[in-house]
Amino acid sequence: MPLSPDEARRFADLLESHAEPLTARWTELVVASLRGRLSGAELHRQTTDLRRGFQSALSAGAIEVTDGAADELRAQLSELSSNRARQGFTATETAISIYALKEAVLDVIGDGDDALRLYVAFSAFVDRAALFTFDSYVRIRESLIADQAEQLLELSTPVVKLWEGVVAVPLVGTLDSARAQVVMERLLQTLVDTSSPYAIIDITGVPAVDTQVAQHILKTVVAARLMGADCIISGIRPQIAQTIVALGIEFGDIATKASLADALRYVLSRNGNKSSRS
Amino acid sequence: MNEESQRLPVVSDQDVVRVRQLVRTAAVAAKLSLVDQTKLVTAASELARNTLVYGGGGHVEVTPTRSERGKAGIRIVFSDEGPGIADLDLAFTDGYTSGGGLGLGLSGARRLVDEFDIVTAVGEGTTITVVKWCR
Repeated sequence: MPLSPDEARRFADLLESHAEPLTARWTELVVASLRGRLSGAELHRQTTDLRRGFQSALSAGAIEVTDGAADELRAQLSELSSNRARQGFTATETAISIYALKEAVLDVIGDGDDALRLYVAFSAFVDRAALFTFDSYVRIRESLIADQAEQLLELSTPVVKLWEGVVAVPLVGTLDSARAQVVMERLLQTLVDTSSPYAIIDITGVPAVDTQVAQHILKTVVAARLMGADCIISGIRPQIAQTIVALGIEFGDIATKASLADALRYVLSRNGNKSSRS
Repeated sequence: MNEESQRLPVVSDQDVVRVRQLVRTAAVAAKLSLVDQTKLVTAASELARNTLVYGGGGHVEVTPTRSERGKAGIRIVFSDEGPGIADLDLAFTDGYTSGGGLGLGLSGARRLVDEFDIVTAVGEGTTITVVKWCR
């Protein structure tokens, strides 16, 4: 049951005339739900602002949280959920900050004839405000997760110079298409920057080599070859080797080694005297 | 004889990773050897990706199981309601792909497990059941 414009105004009046006790009670409830992880003074400031937000939205004639008159209130709610999400509060703890207003209002609404009707209508308004908060909370968390995934992508694909003329890519974790692309770009760029004739791709940290992973590695090797660099794949553990054989993947004439150390030794021996002198 | 089975939807690349992790956990719990764990996880990865890419998404169900002679094992069922496979012989040919892969996923996965059963009909989807036994 939505608020009627008249009810909205009555509520705005109620929020104004009982501002002090309402804010106090509201703050008290929120403080209790957050178990002291935010200071009372800070929460008091938040509830004071929010009470003002609700009041001005309602007095401007908002009967729905999505109304134009509630623009400012929505901005406040988004900010609240964004802060809560970043501070690590749960979705429940965030939504309860809004729901608590209902309980605080119950104390001041009195017991007039239509008090119940009025309260139910207002309660529906607060519910939708809380749902809006919940939605923005989820949105913020999703963007945080997306950011982290991106950071992880950056983190987990270093290209290191192992020796003069030898670069290595230690792959760790799942090699999906996005990471494979990042790995390939980094490796090719590093080959140019360091003018290295050898690249070692180490897959010790890749838990399973399936056909997709193999295809990505093969493409990277072919691209590196086009640039004149020789690729060695290292870190092939016994169980991975047996799986690759059963799958039927062929690495052709690409040199493969059991460990990174073997691969480095192999490269240095092929470079022969040239690198031992340098 | 049946312990708990777990069912996962496969609708994105992340789900394929989840399937892999679930299968690995189940394989460790069933005390499969390291080589068999890796083989089963790799087979599951191939088939789950097929479910996603060719089947248009579906479900994976992982069940710890026991043979008649009491051997422990893992049974995995991949099901989708996609276009189905018209020519099974062609699909199982090494190197044949309709999607730009290496063409080894289906045939390779069959070589990685102990039991492999495929039920498919054009327009009705594909269900693949694989079992790997403890040695």
